[in-house]
Amino acid sequence: MEQVKNPVEKEQIYVHQVYNEIASHFSETRYKPWPIVEKFLQSREKGSIGIDVGCGNGKYLNINKNVFIIGSDYSDNLIVLSSEINGDSVNNDSIVCDGLSLPHLNNQFDFAISIAVIHHFSTEERRIQAIVHILSKLKPNGEALIYCWALEQEKSRRGWKKGMTQDVLVPWVLQKKKPKSKKARKSKTKRGNEVVDTSATIKSEKAVEDNGEETKLRYYHLYKENELNENAIAAGAVVVEHGYERDNWWVIIKKPAV
Amino acid sequence: MKLITSNFIKCPIKKCDSSLDSYPLSYQNCQLVIKQQDFNANFIKSMLNRLDWDALLRVAKELGNTLLPLNKPALENSDQEEDKEDDEENLNENDLKLLKDLHNLLLETNIIEGEMICRSCNHKFYIKGSIPNLLLPPHLVD
Repeated sequence: MEQVKNPVEKEQIYVHQVYNEIASHFSETRYKPWPIVEKFLQSREKGSIGIDVGCGNGKYLNINKNVFIIGSDYSDNLIVLSSEINGDSVNNDSIVCDGLSLPHLNNQFDFAISIAVIHHFSTEERRIQAIVHILSKLKPNGEALIYCWALEQEKSRRGWKKGMTQDVLVPWVLQKKKPKSKKARKSKTKRGNEVVDTSATIKSEKAVEDNGEETKLRYYHLYKENELNENAIAAGAVVVEHGYERDNWWVIIKKPAV
Repeated sequence: MKLITSNFIKCPIKKCDSSLDSYPLSYQNCQLVIKQQDFNANFIKSMLNRLDWDALLRVAKELGNTLLPLNKPALENSDQEEDKEDDEENLNENDLKLLKDLHNLLLETNIIEGEMICRSCNHKFYIKGSIPNLLLPPHLVD
């Protein structure tokens, strides 16, 4: 990873390409809503309009039937899945775009969520910019819920903790029992399979093992305590509430009413 | 892509932010399909409140629908103050027809193939397999 200096290129290789390749397998493991995200969505006012920046397979787009959400993701393969999963609902739509170049008017939306997304931007400047950009799309007093992976997760199988490096490559193991096309989305291979990260020092960008498994590496910036709050404040937001859930730091922020 | 979404997307290129011509995008060479969806009077009513009617008029016209009224229609029996729950039985005939028409136009009408063009910078974005792609080529990202 150290060889790739340009952050845009780094994210292209270690985020965008990987999600497009693992989309269907990834999607099979992402169907259960996290409680705090669900609560945030259910507490939005009827008739509200929101955005889900980095919506992946769109599992949050249809939680609250009384609000309209535009879900977006950089990965077109994930958006194909989101569009299928949410095809029978009227209260959302799925589009492909860049979280740093959202195709929305400023000051238009009542709320936003961005769940496990901003940790994929590879410099602090870009992570703060991502929050600035989300805020710009909200109306004054509009709220956003943001989740990022935590450095402090000693109890998880990964065992990261305070003091360890925050910029890591995390393997995703794809089962390659038979050749899968990009859009083979009904495969019934075992889900999960994220292995314990051996280290961030793995040099090769992918490795095909003898047993037909293929490992893809994703870049993450692991947030330490308070860092997400600090990023949000640096972005000009007011922190409404914050906490830790399931190995993630989360924050609810508000766009100041100037 | 549902037609209502055209009301919420614009050209993502930064230099177009200050141009009124970057919203709505211009929809060209579009293929439409109607996909039936359950009708929810309250939902479409709350969306009507939030619509930019001029933007909708423009897009609907490009897609061949010139029947929309020039001004955003108001419900005859709408209780603005209380925002009470209107189920279908509580709406008069005209209001029900209006909401059903809007449901059909905004939520059931899908653009499955087509082009979205910024009227400010002329950049062309595509809708393929119902999915609009607003990613920018590298030289336009800053």
